[in-house]
Amino acid sequence: MTINEMKPGETRAVKGLTAGGALGQRLMDLGFFPGAAVQVVRNAPLVDPVELELDGYHMSIRHDEAGHVEVE
Amino acid sequence: MSQEKLLVALAGQPNCGKTTVFNMLTGARQHVANYPGVTVEKKSGRFSAEGRPVELVDLPGTYSLTSYSLEERVARDFILYDKPRAIINVADASNLKRNLYLTLQLFEMGVPVVLNLNMMDVAERRGIGVDARGLQEYFGSPVVPTVGKKGSGAPQLKAAVAALADAGPARAFAVDYGPLEPFVAEIGDLVAADPQAAGAYPSRWLAIKLLEADAEAANLLARHHPEAAEVMERVQALRARFETEAGLSADRHIAFTRHRLCADIFRRFVTVPGEKRRTLSDKADSFVCHRFAGPVILVLILLGLYQISIVFGGWVALQVWPVWGSLESFTEGLLPAAGFLDDPLLRSLGMWTVKSVTAILNYLPIFFLLFALIAILEDSGYMPRMAFILDRLFRRFGLHGQSTLPLILGGVYVGGCAIPAVMATKAIPDERARLATILVAPMMNCLAKVPLYLILISAYFADHAGMAMFFIATVTLFMALPVAKALSLTVLRRRESAPFIMEMPPYHLPTAGGVLRRALERIWLFVKKIVTVVVAVAVIVFMLINFPNLGRERLEDYAARRDAAVDAFMAEVDKTSFKGRIAPEDVLALVLFEEDMKSAKRGVSDQARADAINARFAEANPVFYAVVSREGKDGKALNRALKGVINTRKELRRNMRAERFEASFLGVAGRALEPLTQWAGFNWRINIALLSAFAAKENSAATLGAIYGIDGEGGGSVEQGMLAGEEGFTPLHALALMLFMALYPPCIPASIMVRMQTNSSKWMLFSIGYQTLLGLAVATLVFTGGRLLGLSGVQAMWAFYGLCVAATVGMALIPEKTARELSGPQTRQPKEGIAS
Repeated sequence: MTINEMKPGETRAVKGLTAGGALGQRLMDLGFFPGAAVQVVRNAPLVDPVELELDGYHMSIRHDEAGHVEVE
Repeated sequence: MSQEKLLVALAGQPNCGKTTVFNMLTGARQHVANYPGVTVEKKSGRFSAEGRPVELVDLPGTYSLTSYSLEERVARDFILYDKPRAIINVADASNLKRNLYLTLQLFEMGVPVVLNLNMMDVAERRGIGVDARGLQEYFGSPVVPTVGKKGSGAPQLKAAVAALADAGPARAFAVDYGPLEPFVAEIGDLVAADPQAAGAYPSRWLAIKLLEADAEAANLLARHHPEAAEVMERVQALRARFETEAGLSADRHIAFTRHRLCADIFRRFVTVPGEKRRTLSDKADSFVCHRFAGPVILVLILLGLYQISIVFGGWVALQVWPVWGSLESFTEGLLPAAGFLDDPLLRSLGMWTVKSVTAILNYLPIFFLLFALIAILEDSGYMPRMAFILDRLFRRFGLHGQSTLPLILGGVYVGGCAIPAVMATKAIPDERARLATILVAPMMNCLAKVPLYLILISAYFADHAGMAMFFIATVTLFMALPVAKALSLTVLRRRESAPFIMEMPPYHLPTAGGVLRRALERIWLFVKKIVTVVVAVAVIVFMLINFPNLGRERLEDYAARRDAAVDAFMAEVDKTSFKGRIAPEDVLALVLFEEDMKSAKRGVSDQARADAINARFAEANPVFYAVVSREGKDGKALNRALKGVINTRKELRRNMRAERFEASFLGVAGRALEPLTQWAGFNWRINIALLSAFAAKENSAATLGAIYGIDGEGGGSVEQGMLAGEEGFTPLHALALMLFMALYPPCIPASIMVRMQTNSSKWMLFSIGYQTLLGLAVATLVFTGGRLLGLSGVQAMWAFYGLCVAATVGMALIPEKTARELSGPQTRQPKEGIAS
């Protein structure tokens, strides 16, 4: 399953990344690595993007990008 | 004793308080420029550490040091090529785990690092304890806690920099990459083997980057290493071997190892409170980002921004105008006196230039308020929330959540300015969306387009004025959005796009000092860059509309009419007691005397001051004074005659100006374009007005005024003049003209800003060219199409509106594929040629 399929309020651990290139690097740099805990905070008013909490800080990410992060 | 200046870099992740640390260390001694060749802002400042002069360079805030984003490349290249003696790494003590990820990479680059734990107050408030001494021992490098906002810790930080620059770190800290280490060592040896290449870069760092498949690292190797191809071949082989052995690509392994180490360091040296508390920011976000409340708050904030900057700022600009006005009259006083028909070149060129500059300076209060408000939005942390709320909408059109602000500033409804709009695109992290925003922002309705709209609407759409204004105010957005999408699907297709992953930092209360500093910095940048260019361009435009001069025959004709007026006046003089006291040569002086006195008394209501002015003029020339102030019967009679001369002079000058306009280079161009523009409904007179509007949009109304023979001072309005002067002109003509004006290219100052923000003259020229063609195409479509279909102006207006809305919807339905192309292949291939 990916972050994309998580419901707001849910917390799960990151399992892996399915993106390479700039997106993969960016995801790694921002702290998506195996074992990190991710919570989906809320969706934007137009549903996309989604706000996440990762290791104590918040970020927003588009759904199709979030689909590249696999969770437990 | 003079000492060598220490070059020190300031690095840190976004939102770590780097700017406050920079200000704390350097105070007011700052200099803002761009890094060579790119639009990334480079701030540098000076301070003295233990008596040694230090030059501190602020690197862009980055999460990492890869070659994927421009900021990261700039930061990395500075460390690599400028070789600073030390790096101050600012880290947010309340969010240390993530911040350490950059710290580890800085250590890897082989430059001594001072780790600065900033925002200690925030960490304390949240109950987070950081063992600075433990970290210092662990890294073998100095660790200094500060509270940048309050300025505490600055002396310690400076002392640490001085000590480190002299002695170097106790030991170089290195990340242990475990199973990858033998590979790093092998590549490290290979790249260091060549003595010529060994000094050019830190070999362990380069080895790690090559194993990460960093494209820029491969280029670096190719430039410096004589056997680059062989080394790259080995790198490829080792990467492949590692991937099969470890079941994970080397770049993943490297990033994950760093993260694991960060988490490990965090566990050892940082204590966090047991239960997680909901911060104030989280509570605020549940409203600010709420599904329904969020957009409402957004609209309120944007309305506030518009009210304060454009409405209130416009009022302030009006109050400040006398300052620029007095600058104009001051210059007028310095320049040679006016002539009867022609002014000396120095005078007309001087006044033209000064007026071009004051026209821009007039906007300074608005800009200042805008820049201050933007700084507040930036510092408070609201910008990422705005992008969060609107990204979905803008993304459909190839724009970005952060395109909102530039479009608002450009004038989404009525009244904005393309200059701050283009300037504000700097914050957009996605290069493609940023360029698209730069290219469409000038299509918004800037303040200077409004006068022409008002003239045309009141002349041709008087019965539907409100609806017509609504039409032109909103149709621009429906033109800009599909155009933005079309651009990003075509010319911008190959531009770098970035993933939309944006931190939403906790809210901050912006400080007055910080906001003021930023607003002043930007105003100064604006004045420096724009005003100088405006002067240069004003001179060129002046030449284009004044030369070539009228033929000798025409000039002689005007001279004869002037002499006739003077002779008529002299005939009156001879009938009065002034006979013999006023000579024909005095007539011009008398006219100017009258003008001076009128302008001296303008706005003076106080009787005592008026008397003083009268006394001054009476003393200067008692004879002229008697005529101008209508002394006695003769004075009254002659004053009437003088009024006649003054009016004749005005009329002759106006006619001459209009005639010269027509004969000028610009006028010739206007005529030459008529065969093309007639399909859009523009005759050569309109062409001239539009060409002159390129210097500044305000010109279009002024030029029309000049052409239709209306002076600012005289009675009659431009719209009356137009209605009378252009008999064949219909509302359809006016509609086409309004639409052309809306799409017309950015004025020169805005074009300069486009050049600055894209760092390319090519994009500036493109922006000018495509908007002109688009404007002409739209105007032609509306005018010729409307005429063929037999539509009235109002019908054509709404038909076109429907067309634009349909285009917007149609463009929105074309899918965008950012994420797919960004995620690229699983494993990156270095550039061809090196890998072979």
